[in-house]
Amino acid sequence: MDTLEPLLAAHPFARHLSAAHLHVLVGCARNVRFDAGQFVFREGERADAFYLIRDGCIALEVATPTTTLTMMTLGAGEVLGWSWLFPPYRWKFDARAVEPTRAIALDAQCLRTKSETDHDLGYELLKQFALMVEQRLHATRLQLLNAYDANG
Amino acid sequence: MTPTAEPPATGPSAFLPRSFRVAAVHRETAETRTLELQPVDGRPAPAFVPGQFTMVYVFGVGEVPMSITGDPARDDRLVHTVRVVGAVSRAIAGLRRGAEIGIRGPFGRGWPLTEALGRDLIIVAGGVGLAPLRPVIYHVRAHRAAFGRVSVLYGARTPDELLYRRELARWRRDGAIDLQVTVDRASAGWTGLVGVPTLRLRQLTIDPARTLALTCGPEVMMRYAVRELEHCGLDAAQVHLSMERNMQCAVGLCGHCQFGPDFLCRSGPVLRADRVLPRLAIREL
Amino acid sequence: MPAQFVLSRAAFVELLAALRAQGYRLMGPTVRDGAIVYDELSGVDDLPIGWTDEQDGGTYRLTRRDDAALFGYTVGPHSWKQVFHPPAVKLWRAVRDERGLRLEAEPLPAAKTALIGARACDLHAIAIQDTTFLHGPVVDRRYEAARRDTFVVAIQCGQAARTCFCASMGTGPRASAGFDLALTEVLDERGHRFVGEAGTPAGEAVLARLPHRPAAPEDLEAAAQRHDAALAQMGRRLDAGGVRELLQENLDHPRWDEVASRCLACGNCTMVCPTCFCTATSDRGDLAGREAERWQTWDSCFTMDFSYVHGGSVRRSTKSRYRQWLTHKLSTWFDQFGRSGCVGCGRCITWCPVGIDLTEEVRAIRETPSRPGPAAEPSHGHP
Repeated sequence: MDTLEPLLAAHPFARHLSAAHLHVLVGCARNVRFDAGQFVFREGERADAFYLIRDGCIALEVATPTTTLTMMTLGAGEVLGWSWLFPPYRWKFDARAVEPTRAIALDAQCLRTKSETDHDLGYELLKQFALMVEQRLHATRLQLLNAYDANG
Repeated sequence: MTPTAEPPATGPSAFLPRSFRVAAVHRETAETRTLELQPVDGRPAPAFVPGQFTMVYVFGVGEVPMSITGDPARDDRLVHTVRVVGAVSRAIAGLRRGAEIGIRGPFGRGWPLTEALGRDLIIVAGGVGLAPLRPVIYHVRAHRAAFGRVSVLYGARTPDELLYRRELARWRRDGAIDLQVTVDRASAGWTGLVGVPTLRLRQLTIDPARTLALTCGPEVMMRYAVRELEHCGLDAAQVHLSMERNMQCAVGLCGHCQFGPDFLCRSGPVLRADRVLPRLAIREL
Repeated sequence: MPAQFVLSRAAFVELLAALRAQGYRLMGPTVRDGAIVYDELSGVDDLPIGWTDEQDGGTYRLTRRDDAALFGYTVGPHSWKQVFHPPAVKLWRAVRDERGLRLEAEPLPAAKTALIGARACDLHAIAIQDTTFLHGPVVDRRYEAARRDTFVVAIQCGQAARTCFCASMGTGPRASAGFDLALTEVLDERGHRFVGEAGTPAGEAVLARLPHRPAAPEDLEAAAQRHDAALAQMGRRLDAGGVRELLQENLDHPRWDEVASRCLACGNCTMVCPTCFCTATSDRGDLAGREAERWQTWDSCFTMDFSYVHGGSVRRSTKSRYRQWLTHKLSTWFDQFGRSGCVGCGRCITWCPVGIDLTEEVRAIRETPSRPGPAAEPSHGHP
């Protein structure tokens, strides 16, 4: 566990966390890696973790009968997964590594339990995720705008 | 070594086009072509600063402003990438090798390359907005040691709409600059990034004190790029963007390209973001 | 003040003849289609003798005077930009044949022009257009050639229209520079004459060949009365203090919507404005595809096409186009050219078909600024 703390601290997600909260997170963290093409999770599976990407690239995908669409790709410094926060704790999309990817996985059950007993920690986590949701929503709106096609 | 433009043309020569011959046409996408043009008189093509534009005249059709997209170190040709959006651009895109057209310019203020010397560069381009930034990339790659970290984030709607694909692939391979290409909508077979380029800014390692950012693309994208860069610790004064407005005379005399106090053909098209941000918030200015 | 002289009416006729003899084409006021316009004069008889004008918002009417004054009116729909920056100019022609594409610039204008009867506001407007076309980073050689040999006979206003506000803009009613000769027309019991001064050696040289005498105290007094009359009759007022900042701080003021509900976006104001300089570039070709021409024509920021970029126009609403015109004229002109673009001639008020009055628009914004300045900030809370 000693080696995880600096890795975790180096990730942008941890930038605003206190040392104490960081320490709690380390208790729920493990190091993971994915090969190119490997699924991180699949739509409908239990959302039992979220991932702080250290390097590599992960695509959020949805499969249709004839093709696979990529919603967005996530890279170093980004966070994958928020379905673990909200019941029924199921992933809404597929996540697949498109290149070798290293990440820190944070156990959902562990964090949910600790957040219920330490609301300050829960609040900090929710702030981080709210910011992330805001950014993703904004990016989605930009994609919807079709700005490259619209006038200047 | 920083490219310098020829002094601004004055008098009738600013208004009278010079004849160029189409030396080559490259298909970039369904809607865009890149044209290599050579002066008919056999003299060198005009020197330019990356970010400057010319007025391109098609006999009997009309004239439109187009940013220069070639290598500033080469004086044997002038390179333009045209996207079909109207009658004149359609005529330009339809030109064949050997056709003659008229060119006025270069005009306007380009990217601040002198200021960029020794600094980290972040380049954010969207769609055909990569065209006026490509000369910067050529220049940076030719003088790589003169700049710090260089990151290029380039986004297009779909993989089919990416410009200069072969060149981008080569630049990604050799790693002289950090190039990230992203699309809004992935198609089957696309294994690259998906999402808007501005969102990728937060993933870059940025030393705000030594960074300069250049952005060109749809105005909406540039506005958000500035905001994101501010979030990353840059001041808007460290961000430069390239604006598009109606340009006819190209020398600040016809009035069409006014954007508040600026004649964009003269004090632009490249402007410092802190100067234009308040105006970008005013609708129909 | 340089020595003042007196020219008789007969000597004024000789002045015109002398200028013609020196090769000047005479441009001055004349009556055409119910208005006083600027055109080429063959002599004094082409002047609007005995005419005057009545002007107000959206109103212009010629009436007879009860005397035979040559300059007994103010300014009409034309300004001197007609002469130096004409409404349509051919810039070059292109020929395409078996030898390729050849482009030939049109020759530059070479005429010597004498302006007869330019007013103080007009002289300021000419100076403003000189700044635009001659003193920027790119010189308009065509304008420069048209301006090169100009002789200016200014007429000091002896009356003002209800639309005049040059006094507010610091451009009149009395001309103090920008002329070779400046004359005040006086008709009284001592006769029909011109009290004047020379502004340049060229003016003195022309004067030296005309019969004239030094002005007597009575002449100076009569001229001063005319100047005072013009000042007293000034029909409009514009509080120009801080208007540059006022408009910039009120780009979203509700008044823009209000004026847009009246404005027809016809562009008349830009056509009659003596400082508006915008032009459109257009290419014309022959049907055979052999020859083409490049023309530069006056354009107006009130047209939808003016701000067209691919995909549409930037200024789609009348509101945004009126705002562009007024803020350019009174505010961003300072940024571009170091002064206001308005000379207070009132033409835009007279020739607006619905009588929109920029002095009124500025007043409305000033009276209810949307963003109150520190002085207008209401104090609340702690005493």
